[in-house]
Amino acid sequence: MDERLVDSSDRVVSLTETPDMVAHDQPGSRTETNGAPQERTLETRDLRVYYGDFLAIRDVDLDFLSRKITAIIGPSGCGKTTLLRSLNRMNELVPIARTEGHVMFQGQDIYAEHVDPVEVRRRIGMVFQKPNPFPKSIYENIAWGARIHGYKGELDALVEESLKRAALWEEVKDKLDQSGYSLSGGQQQRLCIARAIAVRPEVILMDEPCSALDPVATFRIEELMRELASIYTIVIVTHNMQQAARVSDFTAMMMLGEDKAGEMIEYDETNTIFTRPADPRTEDYVTGRFG
Amino acid sequence: MTTKALDGAPSLAKRPRLREAGIQGFLFLCGALSVLITVGILIVLGKESVSFFTTQQWENSNRPLAQELEAVGASIRVGEGGATLRAGDIIRVRDEIMEVVSVDGQTLTVVRGLQGTEPAAHETDLEIFRSNRVTLGEFLAGTEWNPQIGRFGILPLVTATLMTSTVAMMVALPLGLSIAIYLSEYASSRARSILKPILEILAGIPTVVLGYFALTFMTPLLRSVFGNDTVEIYNTGSAGIVIGILILPLVSSMSEDALSAVPRTLRAAAYALGATRLETAVRVVVPAAFSGLAAAFILATSRAIGETMIVAIAAGAGPALTANPFQAAETMTGHIVRISGGDLSYDSIDYNSLFAIGLVLFFMTLFLNIISQRVVRRFREVYE
Amino acid sequence: MNEINPFEGNTRRRRRQGIAWRFVFQASTIVGIIVLTALLYNVINESFGLAALELEIDPASLAVDGVALEELSQEQLAQIFQANVSAGLYRRYATEKPFTERTREEVYDLVQERVIRPQLVKTWTLFETLFERDAIEAELAEKYPGARLQFFSWLNPEFVQRPQSSDPLRAGVRTAILGSLWVIAITVIFAFPIATGAAIYLEEYAPETRLTRLIQTNINSLAGVPSIIYGILGLAIFVRFMQPITSGAVFGLVDDPTTANGRTIIAAGLTLGLLIMPIIIINAQEAIKAVPNSLRNASYGLGATQWETIWSHVLPNSIAGILTGTILAVSRAVGETAPLVVIGASTFITFDPDGPFSKFTTLPIQIFQWTSRPQAEFRNIAAAAIIALLLLLLALNAAAVLLRNRYSHRY
Ligand SMILES: Nc1ncnc2c1ncn2[C@@H]1O[C@H](COP(=O)(O)OP(=O)(O)OP(=O)(O)O)[C@@H](O)[C@H]1O
Ligand SMILES: [Mg+2]
Repeated sequence: MDERLVDSSDRVVSLTETPDMVAHDQPGSRTETNGAPQERTLETRDLRVYYGDFLAIRDVDLDFLSRKITAIIGPSGCGKTTLLRSLNRMNELVPIARTEGHVMFQGQDIYAEHVDPVEVRRRIGMVFQKPNPFPKSIYENIAWGARIHGYKGELDALVEESLKRAALWEEVKDKLDQSGYSLSGGQQQRLCIARAIAVRPEVILMDEPCSALDPVATFRIEELMRELASIYTIVIVTHNMQQAARVSDFTAMMMLGEDKAGEMIEYDETNTIFTRPADPRTEDYVTGRFG
Repeated sequence: MTTKALDGAPSLAKRPRLREAGIQGFLFLCGALSVLITVGILIVLGKESVSFFTTQQWENSNRPLAQELEAVGASIRVGEGGATLRAGDIIRVRDEIMEVVSVDGQTLTVVRGLQGTEPAAHETDLEIFRSNRVTLGEFLAGTEWNPQIGRFGILPLVTATLMTSTVAMMVALPLGLSIAIYLSEYASSRARSILKPILEILAGIPTVVLGYFALTFMTPLLRSVFGNDTVEIYNTGSAGIVIGILILPLVSSMSEDALSAVPRTLRAAAYALGATRLETAVRVVVPAAFSGLAAAFILATSRAIGETMIVAIAAGAGPALTANPFQAAETMTGHIVRISGGDLSYDSIDYNSLFAIGLVLFFMTLFLNIISQRVVRRFREVYE
Repeated sequence: MNEINPFEGNTRRRRRQGIAWRFVFQASTIVGIIVLTALLYNVINESFGLAALELEIDPASLAVDGVALEELSQEQLAQIFQANVSAGLYRRYATEKPFTERTREEVYDLVQERVIRPQLVKTWTLFETLFERDAIEAELAEKYPGARLQFFSWLNPEFVQRPQSSDPLRAGVRTAILGSLWVIAITVIFAFPIATGAAIYLEEYAPETRLTRLIQTNINSLAGVPSIIYGILGLAIFVRFMQPITSGAVFGLVDDPTTANGRTIIAAGLTLGLLIMPIIIINAQEAIKAVPNSLRNASYGLGATQWETIWSHVLPNSIAGILTGTILAVSRAVGETAPLVVIGASTFITFDPDGPFSKFTTLPIQIFQWTSRPQAEFRNIAAAAIIALLLLLLALNAAAVLLRNRYSHRY
């Protein structure tokens, strides 16, 4: 474990009350991957999540690099969703869930005492496994988030821009007042992505966003992710090895430990994970010899 | 387009959200109000019941002093007629309180100057007041309820309540269970979609209307079947039957829910053994749903006990200790309605007795409700 | 080879048994329908029918120059009135309001009431009217020779518009209907926001603590407390303890606060509010539970606060259920009688309620009072009032169904 990192995270935690003192650290600390300096938007340190007494994930230390797509893969039940949901404090909505450790977002610990989960979720958006548009019009689906965050600009323009960015505009521009449910599953999922980016987050978390979609819709969303990656930091959970290989820059492999607690066993560039993984369990998994 | 926050501030720090906190606080108060209501019920019923048992109510015995009374002496003569005075009664002449030790015709032997009062001389024709303090024992075990003469035994009211409730359950239980079995095990979904709304309509009929029905339909019906001499105009049987009709939808719909919750696999297992539909329904499904059915019956009993208007209209006025369902008898609820209608003066013994009866009623029904909730919860645990 | 079959061949018996019991189950269900039919039959049967009226004076004899009483002018009617009542009575009415100022209808009513003086001597049910006409006429001729037979629809437009009266021929339910509406309005204003708030708190905010469980158990138990207990609670708290407020005295709204004594519309409304609150809470909880969590997640995922989530997503998607539940609870309140008797609904008022601090009577109270009278003719108007009440309830339930259909969402 890199000592400098622990150091920096601790320091940041203690300094967040006086933002000017950490200003030199903004917008994120740096790490080296393959020699090139990279900004890290999100870092987890010793992240543990419990459901009641049950330890779901243990001591996850992961860096999510800015404007990169990081895939999280692993067998069912190993805690991928749990990890993802702890990155924007959505896990707190599960009454029995408890999180320990740190998640640093641009140098600030989002689990620090004074941090507001609402602020965190605004900056770290989420797309869910099943498309879940609001039972409102397509327009309202997009505009609502911006409105609650006090968006001052032109809403129509924002809606159009978000839908365009989500590659949905052409399909829905004539029926913005129809219910979000009138769309197909794949369109609904893109609507959810458009909704997420309309509040201009810095990170988008996606939990198996294509699991309910057919290959064509999946392809469109993968395309979309690649485009979005020029602006956003994306974390995606997927069961689809090809998808991870196709879209992601980095891949984290998770696995159930001895005591049924999920842990991260390997993290590297996607290329490396799929061609010469360090851990034999990863190799078994990505080549389909496992579960 | 920029990835910067909308407001440009990178801080994640909490902001005071007064509105959120205010709303949450208000909503909590709304929830807590229910506890307040319960506490209110308990306090109100409890407090007034306590004064029912503790205040000395002075009632004119209508038997004035027949003879002048010296400041000393333990024997007094009283007038004829009026209320019966017994040994143990506390009486008051002007300010002096005495206890009757023995009665011999018009002569009372008394202990004088009780409860901090001084024995004094009293002239003839002064009125004698009798204390009406009710003891808990008398209240719970007494067999006569007659406030005019200070008899406050709740038993006649309780037995009448039990009588109407028993009759009601005898109607609602078999009928309700049969309906539930029919709807859940036999009826086609089309039949169900017609029958269930009809039962719901029955459930929505105001009780005062059912009371009218009891008096103008059920009672004449009973009288034409059993004879006008056997069946009184006001009787607990007719009220009980109609209460049974009132709770029938409750029993049948709760029972049907319980039966439908029994997993399909259990029925399939029975059929696979060659059981008939009846055997499957009665020997497999009903026992499996037993606690759900029990909860329904308990809850229905509680509704029957608390039912008011039907008995107020059809069961008769005037407490009576009788085991005959064709005779009139006043239930607890019926009595409350009768004495509270009109101008009931506060702090009279009648007013206080209302709360004592209410308390008994409250605990009876609360007890049944809680048991029913328990049973339902256990039932849920089995299948979910 | 030939093994003995250890099972007796009882299939036929079992099948017969099955059929018999199936019949029993089916019959029980039909009993439910029969009861409902009997109830409606009974009410309708009493609401219409012949009645024997004894008149002091035959209206035909009051005709002037061949013009029937109904056609006469105001002055002619006033003359008839003066000619047929005692001088003292005439003076009394004249000082109350001079006859020249009375409308023709008022004078006509007075003639009816004071001169013709119809008295109901006997009423018959609709069934008897339709199928036993001969027996009725025989009885009429024998027992009430002077009486005339007239068909009555006890439920009629005038019945709904007239105030209460001790004479069944002139009694109406206007006072009672207005009273019911007033009471229900207060009930809803009081109970709906609080109950919905409590449901939101329990479903969306309440942590899994002992206190929460206590509140929940409490609400479930309160829903089962007999309504009459709420009446007793209302009597002690709203009528007696809060008398200065519920009588309107503190607001200086009522000239003579002793008249209503706290037994007012507002006390009744609050009492019924407490009564239906647990029912609304439980129904609203069910409705809120039915909102899928994915919606809440979507909202939180966008950085919405809890209240924003509830206000924009949970409530709009459960409001139909909440309103339906509320209407059903309100239907219950509309039909409630016992608690209002206990808190002291007025037995006899003839003036319209004019505000929350008025004395009141309600439709069910009215039905109860008429039903409790020994005279048969009050049964008829009670039946008419029951039909009015049932129609009111039907309207409410229809509204509930419409709401349910209109706002039902798919997710
Ligand atoms: N709300 C919850 N309450 C209790 N335990 C939970 C909850 N959510 C998840 N778990 C447990 O945590 C562990 C990890 O669950 P998680 O959903 O994170 O797995 P996953 O890797 O996303 O699986 P999948 O690939 O099937 O989606 C599992 O053992 C699961 O049972
Ligand atoms: Mg998952």
